[in-house]
Amino acid sequence: MKLTRRQALSFSTGAIAFTIAGMRIGPAFANAEDTSAAVQAFSGGAEPQSGMMTLKAPEIAENGNTVPVSVTVESPMTADDYVESVAIYAEGNPNPEVVVFNFTPMSGEASATTRMRLAKTQNVVAVAKTSTGKVYIDKREVKVTIGGCGG
Amino acid sequence: MFSRRDFLQWSAVVAATTGYAGGLTRVAAQQRLTQDDLLKFDAKGKVTLLHFTDVHAQLKPLYFRPPSENFGVGAFEGMPPHLVGEAFLKHFNIPAGSPLAYVHTMVDYVNLARTYGKLGGLDRTATLVKAIRAERGDDSVLFLDGGDTWQGSYTSLKTNGQDMVDCMKLLKPDAMVGHWEFTLGQDRVLELIDDMGYPFLASNIFDTEWDEPVFEHTAFYEKGGHKVAVIGQAMPYTPIANPRWMFPEWSFGIRPDVLQANVDAARAEGAEIVVLLSHNGFDVDQKLPTVVSGIDVILTGHTHDAVPEAIKIGKTLVLSSGSHGKYLGRVDLEVKNGEVVDYNSTLIPVFSDVITPDPEMAAKIDEVRAPYEAECNRVLAKTEGLLYRRGNFNGTWDDLICQGMIEERDAELSFSPGFRWGTTLLPGQNITVDDLYTQTSMSYPSVYRLEFSGAQIKDILEDVCDNLFNKDPFFQQGGDMVRVGGMGYTCAPKENIGNRITNMTMLKTGEPIDPARNYVVAGWASVNEGVEGPAIYDLMENYITRLGVVNMPKNDAVKVVGM
Repeated sequence: MKLTRRQALSFSTGAIAFTIAGMRIGPAFANAEDTSAAVQAFSGGAEPQSGMMTLKAPEIAENGNTVPVSVTVESPMTADDYVESVAIYAEGNPNPEVVVFNFTPMSGEASATTRMRLAKTQNVVAVAKTSTGKVYIDKREVKVTIGGCGG
Repeated sequence: MFSRRDFLQWSAVVAATTGYAGGLTRVAAQQRLTQDDLLKFDAKGKVTLLHFTDVHAQLKPLYFRPPSENFGVGAFEGMPPHLVGEAFLKHFNIPAGSPLAYVHTMVDYVNLARTYGKLGGLDRTATLVKAIRAERGDDSVLFLDGGDTWQGSYTSLKTNGQDMVDCMKLLKPDAMVGHWEFTLGQDRVLELIDDMGYPFLASNIFDTEWDEPVFEHTAFYEKGGHKVAVIGQAMPYTPIANPRWMFPEWSFGIRPDVLQANVDAARAEGAEIVVLLSHNGFDVDQKLPTVVSGIDVILTGHTHDAVPEAIKIGKTLVLSSGSHGKYLGRVDLEVKNGEVVDYNSTLIPVFSDVITPDPEMAAKIDEVRAPYEAECNRVLAKTEGLLYRRGNFNGTWDDLICQGMIEERDAELSFSPGFRWGTTLLPGQNITVDDLYTQTSMSYPSVYRLEFSGAQIKDILEDVCDNLFNKDPFFQQGGDMVRVGGMGYTCAPKENIGNRITNMTMLKTGEPIDPARNYVVAGWASVNEGVEGPAIYDLMENYITRLGVVNMPKNDAVKVVGM
């Protein structure tokens, strides 16, 4: 039978990145320290708090090439107190910075959705920065799996 | 938690009067067990839920051997459904040799199978459903189909699920959910839903483009003077466990936040009882009440676990009603001031020789099978030993399939998926086309032949093993471990991913698997699009026809440690 290398290496699309990543040389993958450094740079060194922001992501990615994630931050979104920006990081991707969303009081709410590629099972981290200098964080592990054997 | 009482009186009575059933003649055993005994139930309140799940298109009575291993990890170790054999009997106080010992365990399986006969058959289930509706009144009973209904037989494959829809329609289910249904493809699923005339529910399926619900999530009923809401939940990992390209516009997932919103909405609509008709799997549904509140009853399927009564987690009852038509699950609820105050539950074993077939359903089964009956009954070979599938690591049917793929595709190793569907044959039985298709009937049957490196094989095994033994049930996809032909290994279920699989060894040579060397592997049920190769049912028909007589030796190629 003829199968492409991509097909041969995986039981499902989600596993393509997973399998190839494990085999070939480079790109170097990020890790928790790289992400932590990126978060520090984004937050300006303020200690991130948990609880005010919710990061949503699937427990297991259906397709590692396009994983839906969304963030919502509780905030009055007034001129005095609003969420300025939210950054999303993927700890295990070649480059941990995925996206930065910027908001203004006119946004009405600090909420955003996007899709991202995940090379392998890893933590996705979201960090929010408010106009009052507060920093919030939330984290989800997303599994990228071969699958294919469910009964 | 579990009451260790005799929950079914007739179970103890039969065993007490007959002693160990192994020496009992079939006629004597059946004379002591009656349809009325099976229907005996301490009814409560005015609402009855009947749960029928994972029949896998088995219209006729069958043998189905319960597993020898069904390991649980983390919070679920050593508790139902992760108890098998003697431990199960002891936990539920079921006498050895009794009818319940036969339906729930593999202890003395062949003897008891010969004594008590086949289980299931949709015409027998129809008799039970009709009897309970007559006893309780139509306006008190909800009959709910937990899914995995349209796949798993020769006739379901040839009719694309039409045979099952035509038969199930006669039972007038109040709602249905799905999993293997989706492997008929998006268009066919919608066509059959249109045809069947009752709600197909899914709280957790959203379209990939707009992220909007694809199906209705909740249906409301007036039963016994109470408003009942039924919310549906499809198998959350269908696009991972099965080919996503067959339903590319649908995204699944557990989505507990969506479920909580739907439960709250149902309560706001005035529902006094909220039922989740679920294809999540038993462990997922044992965790679910700890993160979603307000569900009174979860009727769970997918993992084919059969626990003789509902278990209570917080305020939520969870009933897992087995598979293959072996059982009909029943939960009665008494409601006062908008709250469930009392309940009773059971799994009714469908003893096919004891229950009178419903004539209407029997005629319909004959009708849908008629064009295929001769082919279905065609004998391919005979088995000298027991052929069964269930077990965490292997079963003799899969041993045979793994061996067949190696020989027919000239491979060094073979992979067979850890499906939990498929029936059992007793020693001495013929293997018919029907029997072969109970193991292989599905819509992506191509047997590939590929080279994998030893390192890749280890990665695949680790990945699948983590889907089975992840300590967090929300990461468990259901199913059993991928079956491997030609290779042995050691598995430590309690370890983490990457550390569970060791000592991978070529059985033929006794040499360790070399991570750097490539091995020729044959396997089936790949979830990739465009896989080429013969269909597994054709390959196996050739193979077992050539063998003539099948006799699978005991397989101890997988060593389990740390359990």
